[in-house]
Amino acid sequence: MLTLFLLLPVVGALLALFLPREREQDARWIALIFSTLAFAVSIVVFIWFDPSVDGYQMVDQFTWINPGRGGFVVQYVVGVDGLSAPLILLLGLLSVVAVLVSFSIEVRVKEYFAYLLLLETAVAGVFLSLDLIQFFLFWELELLPMYMLISLWGTGRNRYSAMKFLIYTLAGSAFMLVGFLVLGLEGGTFEIAKLAQTPPQDALVPLSMVFWAIMLAFLVKLPIFPFHTWLPDAHTDAPTAVSVMLAGVLLKMGGYGILRIVLPILPDQAYDFRVVLAALAGFSVVYGAVITLQQRDLKRLVAYSSVSHMGYVLLGIAALGSVGLSGAALQMFTHGTITGLLFVMVGLVYERTHTRQISEMTGLMHRMPLIGTVMLIAGLASLGLPGMSGFVAELTTFLGAFEPHPAATIASIFGVVLAAGYILWTVQRVFHGPADEKWAHLTDASHWWEYVAMGSLVITILAVGIFPQLLTDSIESGIAPIARIFEASA
Amino acid sequence: MSGLDQVHHIGPSIALFVGAGLVLTVDMLWPRGSRGRAPLVQVTLLVLLVAFGWALWHAMTGTNGTAFDGAVVMDRFALFFIFLLVATTAAVTVASTEWAGELDLRGEYYALMLVAAGAMSLLAQGNDLILIFIALETTSIVQYVLVGVTREDRSAEAGIKYLISGAIAAGLMIYGFAFLFGTTGATSLDGIAAFVQTGNEEARLPLMLGFVLVAAGFGFKMAIVPFHGWAPDVYQGGPTPVISLLSVASKAGGFAIALRLFYNGLGGADTFISEDWAMMFGVFAVGSMLFGNLGALVQTDARRLLGYSSIAQAGNVAIGLAAVAAGSTLGPSGVLFFLGTYVATNLGAFFAVMAISQRIGSYAIADYAGLIKRSPLLAAVLMLCLLSLTGIPPTAGFIAKLYIFNGAIQADAQWLVAVVAIAVVNTAISAFYYLRWVRTMVLDDPEEETTFTASGPMQAMLALAAVSVLFFGLIPAPLISAAQRAAETLSVPLS
Repeated sequence: MLTLFLLLPVVGALLALFLPREREQDARWIALIFSTLAFAVSIVVFIWFDPSVDGYQMVDQFTWINPGRGGFVVQYVVGVDGLSAPLILLLGLLSVVAVLVSFSIEVRVKEYFAYLLLLETAVAGVFLSLDLIQFFLFWELELLPMYMLISLWGTGRNRYSAMKFLIYTLAGSAFMLVGFLVLGLEGGTFEIAKLAQTPPQDALVPLSMVFWAIMLAFLVKLPIFPFHTWLPDAHTDAPTAVSVMLAGVLLKMGGYGILRIVLPILPDQAYDFRVVLAALAGFSVVYGAVITLQQRDLKRLVAYSSVSHMGYVLLGIAALGSVGLSGAALQMFTHGTITGLLFVMVGLVYERTHTRQISEMTGLMHRMPLIGTVMLIAGLASLGLPGMSGFVAELTTFLGAFEPHPAATIASIFGVVLAAGYILWTVQRVFHGPADEKWAHLTDASHWWEYVAMGSLVITILAVGIFPQLLTDSIESGIAPIARIFEASA
Repeated sequence: MSGLDQVHHIGPSIALFVGAGLVLTVDMLWPRGSRGRAPLVQVTLLVLLVAFGWALWHAMTGTNGTAFDGAVVMDRFALFFIFLLVATTAAVTVASTEWAGELDLRGEYYALMLVAAGAMSLLAQGNDLILIFIALETTSIVQYVLVGVTREDRSAEAGIKYLISGAIAAGLMIYGFAFLFGTTGATSLDGIAAFVQTGNEEARLPLMLGFVLVAAGFGFKMAIVPFHGWAPDVYQGGPTPVISLLSVASKAGGFAIALRLFYNGLGGADTFISEDWAMMFGVFAVGSMLFGNLGALVQTDARRLLGYSSIAQAGNVAIGLAAVAAGSTLGPSGVLFFLGTYVATNLGAFFAVMAISQRIGSYAIADYAGLIKRSPLLAAVLMLCLLSLTGIPPTAGFIAKLYIFNGAIQADAQWLVAVVAIAVVNTAISAFYYLRWVRTMVLDDPEEETTFTASGPMQAMLALAAVSVLFFGLIPAPLISAAQRAAETLSVPLS
């Protein structure tokens, strides 16, 4: 089942790539069909997933590399637990949305959708891999499609941004690989489950170095200050769909990696450095929010708000308790939907106005009431309004983090206040105010794919906000084994 | 052992040497005035097939022994390289059919390639300092001539450059051999090994002097820092088919004999001097990676860039050698596996550059702009090979780097973790120039819209390279297995 989820997008990508030139435009339909199929599979996976059972489910496993002389045995092993099941669902949903908002792509359609689908497979591989080497492989596989998507279909300084994204990620993951190899040497295996069973007590190099080597990759990806500078550039210059994927699922790879690999395998080091992590998180939240307030570019604004919001994830993780960790996992999902939606809306506005400068836009509500309303919903969700998914996640995070890290939590709550400021202020400047003659020609969202993209995300945000149990059952079952490690040691 | 049996042990080399003579004879005796040209490509391939068959015979019967009083060894390790060299030579022969058709010295070109292959095969079998020297020098001299084979100014200049630096390297190497012989009293690797096992501390300094000087000679073949100086100039100036051969075969030969000498002769991982040469290769590795990658960053010429890249890649292999010395069981097979995939990858890249530049008449990377529109398949192959050189999945280069790095970590030495850390950072640096090249091909607008393809034989070789790069990236186990079996015969002491 999970292997099917991995393979569907690749098959779609190959089909799209080998379309005859004159039927190039059909690539978007192939992409839609295959991403929808993958989404359907992800729904089935999520429903089949049984939160009351411990351990990984729906595991597919075979030995990928085993030359027979030992030393380098790599498994192909995929499985879901309560942690990855929601993320798979999120990935399935956002991939469909990403394909939909790309329907207006005109140049090199085949390649575009092929890369987009390849990206889905790479991210799916990261969420599903239960072997360190396999995890690393998919982690690296994601680089190429992202690099191509940003540098080919992006705008502005897209080449610079694409290269910056690439170098940051590669430099981060380089050290991660060293860490993985050292862990593999100590444990005699690369399987995550086996390594987590008997966490290494000692290694060739100090385990704290291994911890930071691996953490670096994940902190860059989240991203956390001071490793965040690639993100605003990548977001600003990327096409809409790529921004949706980037904010929606790629950043989650960082948080997921910490939860899946770092905490279970290196719990003592995580415990020792929890204050450092909390401090980084708190600083990131406030710093991100303050910088967001100063943005003049609509897309850059949403990008910086991501830095701030992903700080909550790290804060929840640094709490190292079941409540905080659940909050972090939930925040990953909700941020994916909310910020995904925000980027969809920014993309729709940009497609019409051809500017992202906030100062040039005013009174857009008169011309596009639907877009304005949905943008307002997304904004309210983003600032954590009760009844929407963001609120549940942030509240849980703060509840869990307050006791171990009061200072960082209070600072982060201050970040929420700032979020209210920048969101409402932005919506007011862009959508309200007197109608401008300059924008008289604008039209509201009218294509079916725009409706579907907006609608599906709005429904998800409201549904999770009103019935958080939809996700929390699953998440809690995924968090429980991790939380147990730390309860035992505390 | 009968004389015939001895000859059987060096059969593949003999076939290649005799075949070279055959090629020259056919070229000479073929009637000048007649319409058809001498079927030199076919003869060359036939010779390679015979050598291949002979090597296969050895592989089937599981030969493992010495001949000529222990001067040559035939084992799986040698066979691994013989297969690699024969395949490389065949690939270059086929791919350069079109280019060589216009060569004055066509017969000499094919004959010399066969001699080089034969000499390098013998080198991989070498078990005695004197034989190693002779084989290495035969290879070198042939390659000097090959680099200058077009007799154009640039090519001749590159040949001379290669000759001068090569002569210096050979001088240093023979000086090193003198130290080894003077200290141990033996020229055979077995004799040297026996002496090293006694662990005579007084012999440490002369032995170190000896192997550092020897490493200079081998390092020249591998193009590792600080013996790399010739590489960028020769790569840029020499004829591209010859350079493609040089960049993989010569490097493989250098590493083959280095493994044999240091592993067998200097006693592998557990002698009193293994730490010393582990460090030496560690330093070479770090230097090569840094110098190669930083140098490649500013290159605008495709061949020159590949020259620097080959220095950096040699650095990766040198990590494997350092791991061997530090006692990693995966070290030797790592070197073999890396070289195996590197041959496919680098040949693919060179062939693509050769095919493209023949058509567009320029080696400047800027002129590769928009190639994906003008020649999608050529651009795709080159792109794939560049990704493999960077080490991005699902290509063979990814697995190869992973395997080498894992081997180094398995050696359980802290300083090797540091070397691997430097290596992975270098991977990030190399992504910059490899992917910038990819971007130029995919992203920029072409100056002309004319489309083109490569010649038929060239296309076949490009397809073969691309398939290998993907195949060994997805299903690496067979090659790893072969490399491990080949490496095992190294550690078995020969009687």
